[in-house]
Amino acid sequence: MNTVLAERTAGRPGPPASATDPAAAVARTRARVSLGDTVTQTLAMAWRALKKMRRNPEQFFDVALQPLLFTAMFAYVFGGAISGDVHSYLPLLIPGIVAQTVLTTCMATGTQLREDMDKGVFDRFRSLPMSRIAPLAGPMIADLVRYLLAATLTYLMGMALGYRPGGGVLGVLGAIVLAVLTGWAIAWAFTWIGTIAKSARSVQGISMMILFPLTFLSNAFVPAKTLPGWLEAFTKVNPVSHLVSATRDLANNGVLTGQVGWTLLTGLVVVVVFMPLSVASYKRQL
Amino acid sequence: MTALPAVQASGLVKRFGDLRAVDQIDLEVRHGEIFGVLGPNGAGKTTMLKMLATLLTIDGGRAEIFGVDVAAEPHRVRQLIGVTGQYASVDEDLSATENLWLFGRLQGLRSADARSTARRLLAQFGLEEAADRRISEFSGGMRRRLDLAASLITRPPLIFLDEPTTGLDPRTRGQMWDTIRELVSDGCTVLLTTQYLDEADQLADRVCVIDHGRKVAEGTPDALKTQVGDSTLQLELATGADAALARAVVLRVLGEEAVSTPESGRLNVPLDIADRAADVLIALREANVAIASVSVAKPSLDEVFLALTGHGAEDAADAGSGDPAGIVPGQDTPSRAGISTEVAR
Repeated sequence: MNTVLAERTAGRPGPPASATDPAAAVARTRARVSLGDTVTQTLAMAWRALKKMRRNPEQFFDVALQPLLFTAMFAYVFGGAISGDVHSYLPLLIPGIVAQTVLTTCMATGTQLREDMDKGVFDRFRSLPMSRIAPLAGPMIADLVRYLLAATLTYLMGMALGYRPGGGVLGVLGAIVLAVLTGWAIAWAFTWIGTIAKSARSVQGISMMILFPLTFLSNAFVPAKTLPGWLEAFTKVNPVSHLVSATRDLANNGVLTGQVGWTLLTGLVVVVVFMPLSVASYKRQL
Repeated sequence: MTALPAVQASGLVKRFGDLRAVDQIDLEVRHGEIFGVLGPNGAGKTTMLKMLATLLTIDGGRAEIFGVDVAAEPHRVRQLIGVTGQYASVDEDLSATENLWLFGRLQGLRSADARSTARRLLAQFGLEEAADRRISEFSGGMRRRLDLAASLITRPPLIFLDEPTTGLDPRTRGQMWDTIRELVSDGCTVLLTTQYLDEADQLADRVCVIDHGRKVAEGTPDALKTQVGDSTLQLELATGADAALARAVVLRVLGEEAVSTPESGRLNVPLDIADRAADVLIALREANVAIASVSVAKPSLDEVFLALTGHGAEDAADAGSGDPAGIVPGQDTPSRAGISTEVAR
C-alpha cells in the first residue's frame, strides 16, 4: 500500500526505547523540518488523500459529469449561433470546456481542504512536529488525478460528438498536460481561500464568484472579437483566455505558441503568491 | 528523575473576543506525575490544554514544556508531546493500521518501522482484530484507544489527554484508566482534563480546579475532597417539622451543622468518615425523628464547586463558549452512589 513512499526516507532513528529521560528527548528535538522530511510528509499526505478518494468515489461525480454535460449542452445550444453548426463549434468549445472544468475542479480542492480541516484529525496534524505545507500540498498532488480525469473526459466527450483535434495525439496530450499543470497552480489560490473561509459552503460561494466571471468573460466559449471593445480588452488579459488559446493551439494545430508561456507564467505567479499565503494562513489558525 | 518540570506556565491568558477563556493561570506539572485539570464544561480546560499543546496561540503569559518555550519554539515542543483530543483525532476514512502508519510516517519513521510500530501499538491496545477496519465502524471506546495509541508512536515524554473518558461506559472507562496508569509507570508525564471528580481522584497525583478560566484550587485530590467533607449524608425526614430537632441531633453527634436543602424536610450532613452515618441514624431514632429516605454520596464535582466558588458547576456550563472546540452536552456527576456501595467501602 505504500511502495511509492517506502523508498523515500530521511535517515531518522526508530522510536526511542524509553521516554523516561525528558532531558534527552529535549536534546533530540530539531529546530525545524528538513526539506527531505517535508517531501516525505507531503507524499504521505498525498497517499492519505488518494486513499480517501478511492473510498469515496462519489466525489468524482462532479469531475466526471461536468465535462459530459457541459460539452453536450454548450455544443448544441451555442453551436449554431456562434459557428454556424455544432461540428464547427467544437474546436472552439472543447478547449474552453477543458479550462472551465479544470478551474471548477480547483474549487473542489479548496472546499475539500476546508471540510477536512474542520475534522478532528487535523488537530493531530497540527500537533505533530511536521511541515506546515504538507497538509496543503499533499491533497493537491492527489488532486492531479482529478484534473487529469476532467481534461481527458472533456476531450473524449468532444470526440464522441465529432470533434477531430487537428493537433493529433501529441497536441491533445500537450493540451491535457498544460491544463493539469495550470489547474494545479491555480488551485493554490483556492487552497488559500480554503484556509481563510469559515466553512466549506463559504469557500464554494467565494470561489463561484471568482470562477464565473473569469471563465465567461474570456474567449472560452465565444470568439473574443465579437465582444464589445472594453470586454475584449479584458479577455486579452484574463489568464483563462491564455489557457484556452494555448490549448486550442496545441490541440487543434499542434503548435506551441507564446500563449503557453503566458499560461505557465500566470500559473507560476499564482503559486508564488498563494503558496506562502496559504501556509501562513494555515499556521495562523493554530 | 529530573528537576525540570514537564509543564511550567505562568499567567496564561486566552481571549475570545471579550471572553477570557483562560485567565491568568499558573501551572506546574512535575515530571512523572498524572496531573488532572478539573472543571465543568466551558471552564477553559480544553482551551488551556490546546495552548500548551501549541494548538492555540498564547495571548498572555508564558509556558514551557520541559524548559522549551511553547510560543517561541512550537516545533520543538511538538516533538515532546502527544495530544489526544476530546474528539477522536484520527482519520475516519482510514483503517486503524493506516492511521498509525500515516502518523508514524509524518513523524519521520521509515515505512517498515511505521508499520511495525502500528502493529505493536494495536496489540498493546487490544485492537489487533480491528486493525483493518475503518475508524467510522469503531465504537467510542475503540476510537479513544486508537487515539491514545496514535499519541504514543514516538513515545513522547508528555501526553495531553482531553477528557479521555467522557462518553465511555464504565467498563471501558476502567480500561482507559488502567492504560493511563501504565503510561506513567513507563515514565511518561500525563496532563489530563476531566469533569469527573472521581476520575481525578482515581488517576491524578495532583489536581487543579478551573472555573470561568481561573484556577480556583490546586492540590492532591484528597486535600480537595477534605475541603468539602469526604462524603455527604442525605436525609429526607418523614415530617418537615422535625428539621430543627434533626439538626440539633446532628450537631450533637458530629459537631457539624447540617445543611437544609431547598426541598423541605431534606438535610445534607457533611461526613469526614462515611461510617459516622450510622451514628447519626441511631441518634435520630433515639430522638424519635422519622426518616423517609437516606443515602450517602461522595461529594460531587458540583459540591466541590459550591465549596470552592460559592456557585454550582452548572453556572460555568451555562456561560458556555469557553471551550471553543465544542461542548459535550451536560452530564450529571457520576459519583452519586447509594448507601449500600458506600457502606461496603
